[in-house]
Amino acid sequence: MTLTLDPNLSDPDGVYCDLLAAHEGLSEAESHAFNARLILILGNHIGDREVLKQALDAAARPDR
Amino acid sequence: MLDDRYGLAFKLYPYAKCADQDAGAPVRHPVVVLGGGPIGIATALDLGLQGIPVVVLDDHEGIGQGSRAICFAKRTLEICDRWGAAAPMLGKGVVWNLGKVFHEDRKVFEFNLLPEDGHKFPAFINLQQPYFERFLVERVREAQTQGAPIEIRGKNRVDAAEVRDDHVLLDVMTPEGPYRVAADWLIGADGAGSPLRKMMGLDFEGRVFTDNFLIADIRMSANFPTERWFWFEPSFKSSGASCLLHKQPDGIWRVDFQIGWDVDRAKELKEENIRARLDAMLGDGVEYEIVWSSIYTFQCRRMKRFRHGRVLFAGDAAHQVSPFGARGANSGIQDVDNLGWKLGLVVAGKAPESLLDTYCAERCHGADENILNSTRSTDFITPKSAISHLFRNAVLDLAERHAFARPLVNSGRLSVPCSYDAGPLNGADALTGGPARTRPGAPCPDAPVADGYLLERLGTNFTLLTIDADAPEAVEDGGITATRLALSTSESPAGALAERYLGDASSGVYLIRPDQHVAARWDVFEADAVRAALHHACAKE
Repeated sequence: MTLTLDPNLSDPDGVYCDLLAAHEGLSEAESHAFNARLILILGNHIGDREVLKQALDAAARPDR
Repeated sequence: MLDDRYGLAFKLYPYAKCADQDAGAPVRHPVVVLGGGPIGIATALDLGLQGIPVVVLDDHEGIGQGSRAICFAKRTLEICDRWGAAAPMLGKGVVWNLGKVFHEDRKVFEFNLLPEDGHKFPAFINLQQPYFERFLVERVREAQTQGAPIEIRGKNRVDAAEVRDDHVLLDVMTPEGPYRVAADWLIGADGAGSPLRKMMGLDFEGRVFTDNFLIADIRMSANFPTERWFWFEPSFKSSGASCLLHKQPDGIWRVDFQIGWDVDRAKELKEENIRARLDAMLGDGVEYEIVWSSIYTFQCRRMKRFRHGRVLFAGDAAHQVSPFGARGANSGIQDVDNLGWKLGLVVAGKAPESLLDTYCAERCHGADENILNSTRSTDFITPKSAISHLFRNAVLDLAERHAFARPLVNSGRLSVPCSYDAGPLNGADALTGGPARTRPGAPCPDAPVADGYLLERLGTNFTLLTIDADAPEAVEDGGITATRLALSTSESPAGALAERYLGDASSGVYLIRPDQHVAARWDVFEADAVRAALHHACAKE
């Protein structure tokens, strides 16, 4: 399995809107905790440790 | 008493006394339009070309100064082409396709708006609003000489409106004193602040955004390309939280700075302060002249209903959006496109008044789509919270390196025409294998046909488009006729007509409304089905 870095969302604006709506009214600490839970849920859905490793690399910014 | 509220770019309809002012009793007109802006003039043009007498009342004598709306979309040009007004717009406008997005000092990505081949008009032109309005008024003048019953009355300010069951009575003020006039139908096209809406005490609900934007139109000969450049958090000093650079005709550039909520407007509008921002952005040694500047705020809101008995609202008077996406003037022109034929049929006694309720239903749907899109753009451009700012910058950061994040970057979702899905006038979708883009409710996409284009052949009434299908030359129902346009896929280069209108089908029959939206479609002609769809499309049940 390879990590998908090409567009794959059928409704990007809708997904982005839902994401921000989920954070509305949360404190900074609550938002951090929310994001942590979300990552763990999505990670479980992906399932593959290799793919998740590639995602960790893509999210890291070694250049800056 | 009748002082100008703004300076004029073009004085096109100077005050002249009319006979109504000396009449003993109020003279009654079939249609009166309140407001001589782009939406009011376009409404008058659409009705006048149908032979419906229409009077426009405006409290000024021409078109206001300032570029204001500058991006006109393909659908707007197609509609204006139906009125015979698009050629000068296209001739004067700047065609652009490429957009670039920057974050701080780095280019995040670029996008190309270039539409598919085989359309008469480009995706967008940039044109200062006063030119757009002038070309519409010039087309009105031309139509008048050909007998179109349109009258534009400058310096005629409506001070009161008395709405009755079957007409509206208006108190009008002129430089020579007041008079009264009556209208069977009144169109409120009097802009975002709509005095008519306030006189009638009507709602206007939605969200107000707490941010100020500074517009500077500058004339310069610098060699920037004809592209839309958008910066998030630009690195040049005192530029604000975002910045837009966009070219207009006459060597003029639109620069837009997001300057925040707590600002001293008078101070920000001082030339030296605008120049400080511009100098930082353009760099040393770039010569320019400031042609127009303004600070604006915006709201996303609409009226609950656009029809109130004999009064119909259109354009900014009915709905407002943020400017990101060019959905203001472009959606107003779609209002006119939707309203014109319906009001024409009702005034002519060929359709029931309930047809006008479908104007409200369809264009409220359009307004909601525009408000949704422009609200999302605004939320992306001006994040409201620390966490939304964090996500926004994460998207920009990832978009530099990864394609998946680019569709999430939202610097304005540019206006595309609304499809009236599940609209009250839609009929059968009985073309098996037909493309989704030409489903009932959708606006007809253009296609190359023989020596020209499909849309310019659709005419101004109902059309029965047959593609490799037999049908009579006309279908009639209750005084309304759909005239056949017979085409073959062999006439259309590169298979465009087949791809856009047939899909997997080998023949197609489309009933198309006067506003070029699909009413119903089938694979072959069947008289009863077409007549029923025509009946339904005119709200006759």
